[in-house]
Amino acid sequence: MGKKILMKGNEALGEGAMRAGMRHYFGYPITPQSEVAAYLSKHLPKRGGVFLQAESEISAINMVYGAASAGRRVMTSSSSPGISLKMEGLSYLVGSELPCLIGNVMRGGPGLGNIAPAQADYFQAVKGGGHGDYHIIVLAPTTCQEMFDFAVMALNLADKYRNPVMILSDGALGQMMEPVVIPDEVPIEEYDKSWALTGAKDRPPNVVNSLFLDEKELEEHNIKLQEKFKRIEENEILYSEYRTEDAEYLFVAFGLVSRIVHSVVDLARAEGIKAGLLVPKMLWPFPKDRIAELAEQCRFLMSVEMNSGQMVEDVRLAVNGRRPVYFYGRMGGGVPAQRRVLEELKSHIEGGTK
Amino acid sequence: MSTETMKKVYSIPESLRNRPHHYCPGCGHGIVLSIVGELVDELGVRDRAVGIAPVGCSVFLYEYYDFDCVQAAHGRAPAVATGLKRANPDLFVISYQGDGDLAAIGTAEIIHAANRSENFSTIFINNAIYGMTGGQMAPTTLLGQKSQTTPYGRNPNTDGFPVRVCELLNSLEGPYYLERVCVATPQDRVKAKKAIKKAFTYQLEGKGFSLVEVLSQCPTNWGMSVLDSVKWVKEVMAQTFPLGVFRDKGQQK
Repeated sequence: MGKKILMKGNEALGEGAMRAGMRHYFGYPITPQSEVAAYLSKHLPKRGGVFLQAESEISAINMVYGAASAGRRVMTSSSSPGISLKMEGLSYLVGSELPCLIGNVMRGGPGLGNIAPAQADYFQAVKGGGHGDYHIIVLAPTTCQEMFDFAVMALNLADKYRNPVMILSDGALGQMMEPVVIPDEVPIEEYDKSWALTGAKDRPPNVVNSLFLDEKELEEHNIKLQEKFKRIEENEILYSEYRTEDAEYLFVAFGLVSRIVHSVVDLARAEGIKAGLLVPKMLWPFPKDRIAELAEQCRFLMSVEMNSGQMVEDVRLAVNGRRPVYFYGRMGGGVPAQRRVLEELKSHIEGGTK
Repeated sequence: MSTETMKKVYSIPESLRNRPHHYCPGCGHGIVLSIVGELVDELGVRDRAVGIAPVGCSVFLYEYYDFDCVQAAHGRAPAVATGLKRANPDLFVISYQGDGDLAAIGTAEIIHAANRSENFSTIFINNAIYGMTGGQMAPTTLLGQKSQTTPYGRNPNTDGFPVRVCELLNSLEGPYYLERVCVATPQDRVKAKKAIKKAFTYQLEGKGFSLVEVLSQCPTNWGMSVLDSVKWVKEVMAQTFPLGVFRDKGQQK
C-alpha cells in the first residue's frame, strides 16, 4: 500500500535512505543539495539516528568512514565542488571496502561554477575521481520516486559488495517536487558484517585499513578488488528503454535529460522518424551489452547530456565503431530543449546516414 | 633469592601484540604505545576498544594494538573517531595523532571534534618534526630549529611560529580535559600514564573530549643521541611547550 506524498527529490533521497536503515548522516551545507541535510536534520533524530553537520566535506566523508567501520548504514551528500573534496575519502572507503551511500546533486562547473543543474561529474563518478584503481556503483535517478527507490537500492548494494554507492542526481531533480509513493516497508537486505569494528570480544581483532606497504600484498588486494568490480559488472545492470523495438535512431540519455529526450522520441515518431531511447539508470556498471545489441538495428546513436560529452565516450566504447555515435549537450546549467534535440537528430539524418 | 620472593613486575599487556615495532631506537612513540596498552588492560576495555592509526610514524599502530583498529587518512583521525563513536557510543575510541597530522593537515578536524566535545580520547605526539617522511618542519618545530625543509632553522618571518595545541584548544568551551606531558624520564612516564588514564576514564564516564599532548623525543630526526634528545625535551622544547594541565573540568567542582 504505502502512501503518496508530494516531496522534493532531495527529500525523497533522504527518506529513502532512512527507510533503508540509514541512521547516520554526516554532511556539509551546499546548494543545490541543501534539502537533503535539512530533511535529515529534522527526521533522523526522531528515528533514533545521528545527524551531524561537519566542519567540511572532508571531515564529513571521514566521519562516514568511521561510522561505516562500525558497521552502520551511513550516508553523506553534497554537490559537485563538495564531492570533489570527498574524493580522497572515497578512495579510502573503496580501499578499505566500506559500504556507504553518497549523494551528488550535481551543479554546473568547473570551479565554483553555479548552482544550476548539470551532469558534468559523470567522469568523476564512473571513472574513479579519487586516486588509485577503483570503481563505485553509480545510480542515476530520473524522477523523485527513483531518488527514493535508488536510495534503498544503493544501501543494499553497498552492503552487498562492501563498496560505496553514489546516487548521481542534479540540481533540478533534487529541487523539483513530484508525488512519491512511500511503501510501508522497503526491502532491506542483510549481509555479513563480521568485519565491522565492534570490539574484539571473543574473536581476533578486526582491522579496517587500505595500507599495504608490501607490493605483493597491495597487488593481491587490487586483484581482489578488481574481481569484485567484475562481479558487480556481471550481476548489476539497470536501464530502461522507450520505443526501441523498431528504432533506427537510438538516443542515450541519463537522469533529467532522459525525460526531455523521452518527449523528443515522440516528436520524432510523429514526423515518421523511428527514434528510440535507452536510459542507463546505473552508470557504472554501464549497460554496454544492450547498447551494442541495439546498435546493430540502428543507423546511428546519439547521446544527449548536460555536459561537453562524457557518457558519449562509454556509448562509443559499447558501439565499438560499428555505427556513428553523435553527441548533443549543454553546459553550465543549460538544459537541452526538445526542439533543439530534434533538430540535431534531423541534421544527422540529413547529413547522409539515412 | 628464592623463587617464592620473586614477583612479576612487568609483562607485555594483553592489549599489545608481542612483536618488534618499527620505531627508531630512543623514540618516544614506543613508550606511549606501552602506556596505552597497559591502560586498556587495566581499565578492562580491550573488548570494546577501537584504535585509530593516523598517517605518520604511528601509521602501523594496528600492527601493535591487539584490539580492533582503523587506519585513517592523513589528519582525519578526529573525524573518523567522531563517526565511530557516534555510530556506536559503546566503543572505547582511542585516537592517536602526530604533530603534522593533528596540527597541520588535520587542524580543522581536531578543533571541531574538540569544540563538539566528541567523547573520545586523543593522544597527541608532539616531537616537533615530521618523522616518517624524514624530518621536515612540523607546525610544532621550534623557532631556529633545523629540519630537512628549514635547513637554516625555522624562521618566523617565512615559516610562522610553533603551534601550541593545548593552548589553542583551551580557547574552546568544548574540551573536557587538556594536558601536556612528556616521556623523557621514568618519572615523566608515570605522570604521562596518569594523564592518559584520566583521559580514558573521562571517556568511560561520557565526559567528552580529552587530549593529552606528549612531548616526545625523536633522536633520529633531531640528529641527537637518545640522552641528548631527552635532555632537549626537558630543557628546550618544554620552554616553548610548557608542561601541565590546561583544562580539567573534572577538577573544577
